[in-house]
Amino acid sequence: MTSPLEQKKIRITGPSVVTANRTWDGIVIYRTARQGWSADLSEAAIVRTSDEARALLTEAEADDVGAVGAYIAPVEVKDTGAIKPGNLREHIRSEGVTIDLPVPA
Amino acid sequence: MPLVRFGKIAGDAFVRVTDDDPLPDSGAILVSAARFLADPETLSRRVGGAGVIWPNNRDVDDLVPYLDRLAVVALVFPTFRDGRAYSQARLLRERHGFRGELRATGQVLRDQFVFMLRAGFDAYEVKKESDAEAFTNTVKRYSVFYQPTGDGRLTALHRRMRLRHSESASQ
Amino acid sequence: MYAYDELDRTLINERVSEFRDQVKRRLSGELTEDEFKMLRLQNGVYLQLHAYMFRVAIPYGTLSSKQLRRLAHVARRYDRGYGHFTTRQNIQYNWIKLAELPDALADLAEVGIHAMQTSGNNTRNVTSDQWAGVAPGEVEDPRIWSELLRQYTTLHPEFSFLPRKFKFAITASEHDRAAIKVHDIGLRLYKNAEGETGFEVLVGGGLGRTPFIGKTIKSFVPGRDLLSYVEAILRVYNQYGRRDNIYKARIKILVHELGIEKFAGEVEDEWLRMRDSALTLDEAVVEEIRSRFTYPVYEQLPHMPDELRKAAHDPLFEAWRSNSVAPHKVPGYAIVTLSLKPVGGPPGDATAGQMDAIADLADKYSFGEIRVGHEQNLALPHVARRDLPALWRALDKIGVATPNVNLVSDIIACPGLDYCSLANARSIPIAQELTRRFANHDTANLIGKLHVNISGCINACGHHHVGHIGILGVEKNGEEFYQITIGGRADEHAVVGALIGPAVPYGQVADVVEDIVEAYLALRERPDELFIDAVKRLGVEPFRERVYATR
Repeated sequence: MTSPLEQKKIRITGPSVVTANRTWDGIVIYRTARQGWSADLSEAAIVRTSDEARALLTEAEADDVGAVGAYIAPVEVKDTGAIKPGNLREHIRSEGVTIDLPVPA
Repeated sequence: MPLVRFGKIAGDAFVRVTDDDPLPDSGAILVSAARFLADPETLSRRVGGAGVIWPNNRDVDDLVPYLDRLAVVALVFPTFRDGRAYSQARLLRERHGFRGELRATGQVLRDQFVFMLRAGFDAYEVKKESDAEAFTNTVKRYSVFYQPTGDGRLTALHRRMRLRHSESASQ
Repeated sequence: MYAYDELDRTLINERVSEFRDQVKRRLSGELTEDEFKMLRLQNGVYLQLHAYMFRVAIPYGTLSSKQLRRLAHVARRYDRGYGHFTTRQNIQYNWIKLAELPDALADLAEVGIHAMQTSGNNTRNVTSDQWAGVAPGEVEDPRIWSELLRQYTTLHPEFSFLPRKFKFAITASEHDRAAIKVHDIGLRLYKNAEGETGFEVLVGGGLGRTPFIGKTIKSFVPGRDLLSYVEAILRVYNQYGRRDNIYKARIKILVHELGIEKFAGEVEDEWLRMRDSALTLDEAVVEEIRSRFTYPVYEQLPHMPDELRKAAHDPLFEAWRSNSVAPHKVPGYAIVTLSLKPVGGPPGDATAGQMDAIADLADKYSFGEIRVGHEQNLALPHVARRDLPALWRALDKIGVATPNVNLVSDIIACPGLDYCSLANARSIPIAQELTRRFANHDTANLIGKLHVNISGCINACGHHHVGHIGILGVEKNGEEFYQITIGGRADEHAVVGALIGPAVPYGQVADVVEDIVEAYLALRERPDELFIDAVKRLGVEPFRERVYATR
């Protein structure tokens, strides 16, 4: 979970996606294969080589208005084809905090 | 890159001359610190007027002996986040009494205009046309200032004290 | 409480308008993120893992009930119904939308609250002792000087783009509750032999990657020279602080690289050239600020009123009173700490409902004033002792009367990997588990004063370096691991803790803390030898042995 903000070289070790936060409200988004973004991880484009990753990231970064802080994140692709977050950090971004939020009163 | 002087986009009378190029015969010039300090006596007495581009990682002390003969001192913001030129500007204006044009160069953006003005700049090589056009409105953003700088504006504290003084005086 | 007047409010409103314009230009694309990021940081807006985080300033930790209610409103209206109080006396909201921020700021501005410079490479919230103005034995109220500094540093044109962040803290008591020794500038207010008010100025303290305890740069700066002297320090830092490497950009690195004597010399040179300037604080100016602070009109009250005498028979009340109630400088009054560390809860959080209830209680029992401490608890600073039983019942109802202040379950923790994009590991679940392990108050009291600090990464927002037990989240092969230190202190005897051994995995941290506590209980000389003193006496070795014997 070294902060991907410190990514300098782009070298992926498994299936990955490009993720960012939506500029206007900060929600987690994933780059799709259709030059867009989705809040749903299952719609994320999967890259499997460093070149692919670099290309997708570059494309994503070009959308400076819509998205902030794009980076490459690992995922797990299950036998069923389902995409799961590839580490705890991405799990938290995708599913939310691991603790109970205080009950609003 | 538009130049803003006296709140408006203006033409730049000063020609930037690189270190390798010969100086034009006449007219105002802007040269690097290195070039200037190689021959400060001649350059500072140039008939057309001379200015220096002073790097932000160098003490302004070296420039002080020539300040009264310099038409322009241009300071540098390599990125807008590098704030060293603000200190240089205040020292030049407030400590050393520089009266010529103090120009902000580099990455000069709208959201730093007020800071620059307060620090003593009066000319700005603005990166974006739209920012240059918005200069006058932008510097009106703030009417209250907490700390004294060389711009002569009364701080909030002193305004308050004056008000209290005049209130009690009129009672 | 400092009363904002029209001028203060105008400035805040002008700032809100400016930010509204900046957000608009960001969302339209006129400003790139690269151009906008520093601007939003200067308004306290971070990007975290799954949302923006909004850090609101609570200058020197003082709030009115009206302001606290407005903080509750922001939590409800723009966030998910709760806020988190930080180690710098600020409040953070974790789910804010950038597009709604200008409105949130406008709502806050109405009650004199802002988020100016709560982030970014500028001067941050000037923090102080949460008992300022009411602590027995205090020299004078340090918040007067905090306010002077706050105004001086707000939107300072020369120092808004420093090499890195810059933090001030002020104390006016012998016992330092403001951790001044781990701040970029720490100020200890005192009177010299001639009875003049002035400051011992420390510089270059800080935690993070390279922790340093601040060094005294000048042993006495008279009050009138405070701002000019601070300006000299800031100017030297602005010009010579490193800008090539963000991990070496704090003033502590500059002080370390130059040496304190050379650094002090640079500052002195600069200061001598500007000391008698417009920044000199003459009596009239200090009085002007002082006059805007209002203090309660205290009644003449007995130390042992009937209400208190009767309630002393209630063991639950007594447990709370002996833990959370501190002496006040005015007889018949008390300072009450509200623990935001309930068993099983995330440390330092309060719901909007709790905030509203606390605001009401402040109106009823504390002259409408609340304090925020850097240990992430709140305080009611002006409670009449006769009101303690009634107050306790009310606090207990809203869950802020856990009698664990300063005990092992009064944990200071950063948000960690659950929220923060800088984190390596989670901190909140660790804190929660620890509060469960040490939920028994008798056990916690048997252990005595013990500060546990948890940081999810080396940025040390949980101040783990200066925890009696410090826990630092690191990453090892994609797993959460934690380094444990012991013996740190944040007060006037500030010292950085020592590592006890190799990092341990997430599942073992609570066990390790239990082992450390057990070792302490077995080895302490007397029941009243504090943990921190036992560590000083014994060193790290006996604790290391105990913890790593089976690991």
